[in-house]
Amino acid sequence: MRLTARSVSWSAGGADILKDVSLAVETGEFLGIIGPNGSGKTSLMSLLSGIRKPRSGQVLLDGVPIGALGRRTVAQRLALVEQQAETGERITARQAVELGRTPYLGPLSPWSPDDDRIVDAALDNVDMAHLSGRSWHTLSGGERQRLHIARALAQQPRILLLDEPTNHLDIGHQISLLDLVQRQDLTVVAALHDLNHAAMFCDRIAVMQAGRLVALGRPRDVLTVERIRDVFGVDVAIEHEPDGGCHIRFRPGRTSPGRRAAPVVALATTGT
Amino acid sequence: MNRTLTSGGRTGAAIAALVILLLALWMGAAIGETAIPLATVAQTVANRLWNAGYPLEPIDEGIIWSYRLSRAVVAASCGAALALSGAVLQSLLRNPLADPYILGISAGASTGAVGVAILGIGAGVLTLPLGAFLGAITAFVLVSVLAVKAGRGTAAIILAGVAGSQLFNALTSFIVTKAATAEQARGIMFWLLGNLSGVRWADAWLAVPAALVGLVVCLWHARSLDAFTFGAESAASLGISVRRTYLALVGVSAMMTAVMVSIVGSIGFVGLVIPHAARLLVGVRHGVLLPAAALTGAVFMILADILSRTIIPGQVLPIGVITALIGAPAFALILAKGRARA
Repeated sequence: MRLTARSVSWSAGGADILKDVSLAVETGEFLGIIGPNGSGKTSLMSLLSGIRKPRSGQVLLDGVPIGALGRRTVAQRLALVEQQAETGERITARQAVELGRTPYLGPLSPWSPDDDRIVDAALDNVDMAHLSGRSWHTLSGGERQRLHIARALAQQPRILLLDEPTNHLDIGHQISLLDLVQRQDLTVVAALHDLNHAAMFCDRIAVMQAGRLVALGRPRDVLTVERIRDVFGVDVAIEHEPDGGCHIRFRPGRTSPGRRAAPVVALATTGT
Repeated sequence: MNRTLTSGGRTGAAIAALVILLLALWMGAAIGETAIPLATVAQTVANRLWNAGYPLEPIDEGIIWSYRLSRAVVAASCGAALALSGAVLQSLLRNPLADPYILGISAGASTGAVGVAILGIGAGVLTLPLGAFLGAITAFVLVSVLAVKAGRGTAAIILAGVAGSQLFNALTSFIVTKAATAEQARGIMFWLLGNLSGVRWADAWLAVPAALVGLVVCLWHARSLDAFTFGAESAASLGISVRRTYLALVGVSAMMTAVMVSIVGSIGFVGLVIPHAARLLVGVRHGVLLPAAALTGAVFMILADILSRTIIPGQVLPIGVITALIGAPAFALILAKGRARA
């Protein structure tokens, strides 16, 4: 199943958020999207998921414009995990995961034992089965995020879209969550903040800057000293490992705040 | 496992709900200024429905059939409709304080009804309920626009609702003062407080179908409402057509509110408090929550009506006064609890 963006643009409140972005997600790959705050990562995710319509351009799912497919059909093939989605309802962990079956159920097609089985498997998959009866509000951020992933898995999608899935998690939970995602036999597109996580887990990385896609390729080709300085405004040293991986070390005091301060602030005000 | 009832359990629950509702209606017919034995109530119903031919006092029979029973049936429909509207709006807007009264929908319906009744707007074409419906929709659209301008959020839509309510109440007062005769004005003021006096079977023929249609439409969307647990975007990513769901559910809420307002005036707090009570009883699943809210609302309104007729001997209070006396403290409680959680 191929997900393709064909020169999509999007604007909100008169400001251009995404400008002419094209990319093709390969089947089975883990594609990371990196970029500073306000570079358009979240907007790109919502266009790719079909929740928002691009102002111009098209998002295609297996060659069909995603807007032409029914919402249910899309939800059966593609699941989105938003940034820290929260609720005021007193639901249990299991009930949150059961929502993932929504695209398969209708007013006249009731819940079935099959749905129970799929939900159980999703809970097992994210190692949350032992907490399935717990109330949502008693769970930690890491546990909630795992349940969001389980909910997405219960949709039985082919493609998983994750918008900054590791925000507000401690480092142990960040790694284990990404590891969990990588272990799934799914095409994954994830907006990520941490460059080392992107280098560790992604097959390819897309770099966003001010609404444009400025680079797309393998981590070791994309994550260069020059590009990171240009896009993020920080100086780094990059160690390439023999197995093809790379490690990025940030070098404190080597940034040039005078040069970067203004654009960074300007980007921050546009929101994520 | 408490999450899905077996089909046998579901039938059992539905029968239990029906029995509870019938018991409440029975009490509504029996209790009043002159208490009438429950047996007489049953015999009256048998006489009317099946020509059973029990020898009864015509006065008792008249009070039960033409006065109390019609009133209880309308009260039940009204309670169910308002509770459903409240439950649906709370889930859709993800706001524990949403209900048709607080969001100004009831006020808009009042203005629409008064516009038709007194100004004769759309004479011959617009009936009272239709006028109320247009008023209700206008109010909701206005309040929504205001809320979006004010920045969404829990507080914004409530404040927008306050502004909308004030505006439409002022419009209603303006119309009444300017165009109504003194007698009309007195009647309307009493009606605006929420009032079941003067309700007859003709009203029930409007109220019952409105509540039933509302219940069916809401139940049809029960799973969509569940999908709104984590917000509209999350619902969209679960395959829900968000706009169509909004239109259908806000439309049916406005319809129910409008019909009830056109019959009994605007009754506050039922739509706010009953859904919360129902959530405590049966949980947050809409497939169970919505019928539970409808039943609780119906029974609550029948009991509130009994109270309004008996609490002051020889006098009937507007039922809106009773619901507000119970509902306002509950509203305060929800407000305080929401703050503690935030």
